[in-house]
Amino acid sequence: MTAIRYDRAPGEQSTLTEEQGETTSGRALVYTIGLALAVILTATSFWVANTSLLWGPGVPLGLAVLAIAQMGVHLVFFLHITTGPDNTNNVLALAFGVLIVFLVVAGSLWIMANLNDNMMPPAELMNLHMQH
Amino acid sequence: MNVAVAIQDIHRDALPSASEAGPAPKRIVVAYGFWIFLLSDIVMFSALFAAYAVLVRATAGGPTGAQLFNQASAAIETACLLASSFTCGLMSLAVGSRRRAATYFLAVVTFVLGAAFLALEIREFADMIARGATPQRSAFLSAFFALVGCHGLHVAAGLVWLAVMMAQVAIKGFRASVERRLFCFALFWHALDIIWVALFTVVYLMGVLP
Repeated sequence: MTAIRYDRAPGEQSTLTEEQGETTSGRALVYTIGLALAVILTATSFWVANTSLLWGPGVPLGLAVLAIAQMGVHLVFFLHITTGPDNTNNVLALAFGVLIVFLVVAGSLWIMANLNDNMMPPAELMNLHMQH
Repeated sequence: MNVAVAIQDIHRDALPSASEAGPAPKRIVVAYGFWIFLLSDIVMFSALFAAYAVLVRATAGGPTGAQLFNQASAAIETACLLASSFTCGLMSLAVGSRRRAATYFLAVVTFVLGAAFLALEIREFADMIARGATPQRSAFLSAFFALVGCHGLHVAAGLVWLAVMMAQVAIKGFRASVERRLFCFALFWHALDIIWVALFTVVYLMGVLP
């Protein structure tokens, strides 16, 4: 029994020993639950994209929510990211990564949409030039 | 006596935090460093995703995603990669409990599923190129091949890594350095699956919406 509590390595399942109730089958169960949830979410995604029952404009948002939920399932059940105190460093690094990803994707889309709007002269503007 | 017990309890509650405990074991440092690399890799993919999202309508009169993408193929690829991620997780458990036969078996299953994914993707690319949808055709196709191809390259690198790791297990056995590498490989493989989730949603599902 060590007296020092280190952070948990990313991807490492809880460091409890087998006497403390963490058996290999219990650990395999975590992966199995993750697989089941991921399969359900993936199947739902494919169904949502192909059904005509849902309101069309809402479908992309629904797909995004399903994808983010599935990434969360992968992080929790496959990479064993938790909110525990021994996981703070891993979660902070992940949060920073997510922030950068968000800035890159949202920022690019925003700027390029603006550029597209500004580079394409609207019809009235073209007519102003014609008046000369 | 009671006082001593109480003091011990206090000590157990107030263990030194990780920063006061001195350097962490190499196992944790290596895995954390690899975690940082994976996050930077994901940031790189986010740039490719941004490029794809910006250029998805720039088809230059060429074929669009709705005409090119085959959802059945994408669904099978997704299933292969997800199952492969699952068996990779089970392989980590087998490594943790030093079961050599189970490790080999699960590594082979992981490899075969990953190779099946890659074969399907290469077939899809070849099919698209045969129909004239090459990366030079339009900005949309350039972005598509860059994004999906980069993920495919990562999977190919992962397969090579897995084969090398099995050779190391066979020759060196489960020594600490080999175990650390296997651990990093599992992180890598799970991260690739997370990227694929974003990829099949953005490219193959949103790409064919009317």
